[in-house]
Amino acid sequence: MNRTLIIAEHDGTSLNPSTSKCARCATAIGQDFDIVVMGSSTNEIATQAAAIDGAGTVISVDAEHLANPLAANHASEVVAMADGYSHILGPSTTYGRDLMPRIAALLGVNQVSDISAVEDGYHFKRPIYAGNAIVDVHAPEGSKVVATVRVASWKALGDGGNAAVESKSASSAASSHTRYVNLESGGGERPDLQTATSVISGGRAMASKENFDLIYELADLIGAGAGASRAAVDAGYCPNDMQVGQTGKIISPDLYIAFGISGAIQHITGIKDAGTIVAVNKDADAPIFEVADIGLAADLFTVIPEMKQLLG
Amino acid sequence: MKILVGIKRVVDYNVRIRVKSDGSGVDTDGVKMSINPFDEIALEEALRIREAGLAEEVIVVSLGGNECQQQLRTGLAMGADRAIQVDTSENLQPLTIARTFLKVIEKEQPGLVLLGKQAIDGDNSQTAQMLAALWDRPQATFASGLNLSGDTATVVREVDAGLETIEVDLPAVVSVDLRLNEPRFVKLPDIMKAKRKPLDVISLGDLGVTSENDLEISHYTPPPARDKGHMVEDTAQLVAELKSRGLV
Ligand SMILES: Cc1cc2nc3c(=O)[nH]c(=O)nc-3n(C[C@H](O)[C@H](O)[C@H](O)COP(=O)(O)OP(=O)(O)OC[C@H]3O[C@@H](n4cnc5c(N)ncnc54)[C@H](O)[C@@H]3O)c2cc1C
Ligand SMILES: Nc1ncnc2c1ncn2[C@@H]1O[C@H](COP(=O)(O)O)[C@@H](O)[C@H]1O
Repeated sequence: MNRTLIIAEHDGTSLNPSTSKCARCATAIGQDFDIVVMGSSTNEIATQAAAIDGAGTVISVDAEHLANPLAANHASEVVAMADGYSHILGPSTTYGRDLMPRIAALLGVNQVSDISAVEDGYHFKRPIYAGNAIVDVHAPEGSKVVATVRVASWKALGDGGNAAVESKSASSAASSHTRYVNLESGGGERPDLQTATSVISGGRAMASKENFDLIYELADLIGAGAGASRAAVDAGYCPNDMQVGQTGKIISPDLYIAFGISGAIQHITGIKDAGTIVAVNKDADAPIFEVADIGLAADLFTVIPEMKQLLG
Repeated sequence: MKILVGIKRVVDYNVRIRVKSDGSGVDTDGVKMSINPFDEIALEEALRIREAGLAEEVIVVSLGGNECQQQLRTGLAMGADRAIQVDTSENLQPLTIARTFLKVIEKEQPGLVLLGKQAIDGDNSQTAQMLAALWDRPQATFASGLNLSGDTATVVREVDAGLETIEVDLPAVVSVDLRLNEPRFVKLPDIMKAKRKPLDVISLGDLGVTSENDLEISHYTPPPARDKGHMVEDTAQLVAELKSRGLV
């Protein structure tokens, strides 16, 4: 029973790379893993999951009421198949953070949140205090481990696999107390922040929704994702799904450029794993320069147009 | 309807956290402690619901030693009607906290439980979901919008893909996100008034809960420092350097 079950994340059309990152964590634990895909018309997603290198079996649970990612419905399915697994891993995305603790409680165990490194099957590292401390977490030897995997800390596995797909019918009916209404998606066609190789972000200094076009234009020019500080989101300059940080998205692009972001600890937490951090801020003493690899103390409203010209 | 609000005492979000040199924890000596910011938002929401006439009573609950009475008093000063301290000297893990909340729920029979989406010390983000599971009731996590109508709540959730709306039957557990509201400031006369509001202390054992901290947390280390960067003079230098690093 030393086997890991991975909860696949998807949007109905494609598998989220978070799934493959969880699989990498399972291999670090040193275990064989299966992947469960829950949804409606899951064939295509299951095929994508089956391509993850080293996947054992992909279990496809296809039912109308699983189409939307409601934790109440998805948790029951995972609990029903939990017996065969020592470890159950989900991503640290909002989907996994919503779902995994519900599963853990139903199984009567505490959850390990945000695994960033693995020592062995019962011994992990994770950040706490907004990334200001890293701690060792020991789960009791031989206990069932339910955990979320800090996706920014793990690289996806290759996709040359060819696992068997097994169909399973849903073991529970739809929850009667929770109903999905809709999803208003903020993001456009730009690369997803959690997987983009470059991210361009704007802060409060952008000063208006219109000015944020500068961020989008520069992002599009270099194929980057677009992000923001909480202050920019709160002010209504851009949608909430662009927020980077402790309470937004934790990201690890090769290149991160922050325009007019002061560098509050809650923001820095979200970008610590980036390859190169660039900060443009007109205040030479802004704390963001303490973590930036390359800093430029200048007005963003001059720098962005100049960058567009030089890169266009 | 009663609303139960979870209040955790945590190191204030403005404090620069330092790991103790022996790795046994983080330094909290003489450090400013506050209500977990998300819990303040949860409480503000509960007060607004009561003020809109949709609830009669707001009860704040904290698990911790006597020091957490300070945060409960602040909650009472903000406007909560009464407070419950579940006395424990242990730093409990979410499953035990959820089990404790369940006991309080059995006694108080609230129609709504509002918790923070995460406590900013442990960053666990588990308690609300666990409580909903144990209670066998709906969960609506990361709420940035909450509307009550009869026996249902419509909740807007901040998810990675945007804003998701779900509808849940009450009673339910809602965990709140930062954009739900802006908490009110506490006024001096309210602090005086809060001293006379009821604050009950119950021990964990009296509630019939035994602590099950089965995860062992040790070896605190500061995060690896990033290499010191450098400043460039102008945009041309910046772009040249990005190009030479192969990043653009
Ligand atoms: C519990 C909690 C969680 C939080 N989570 C997050 C989170 O996930 N993400 C997050 O980002 N924040 C988060 N915050 C908020 C965080 O503390 C800061 O308030 C926020 O990051 C500030 O955003 P900012 O840097 O855009 O704005 P400010 O701090 O106002 O900084 C604006 C910067 O722009 C510079 N500037 C102004 N004009 C120009 C110009 N023309 N050109 C160049 N530079 C200019 C200024 O010098 C300044 O440094 C959280 C806070 C709390 C309490
Ligand atoms: N000791 C505690 N006392 C009261 N409420 C708590 C406590 N611990 C956690 N909570 C509640 O649960 C939420 C989520 O905490 P966590 O799961 O630890 O991230 C917090 O925002 C609080 O509302």
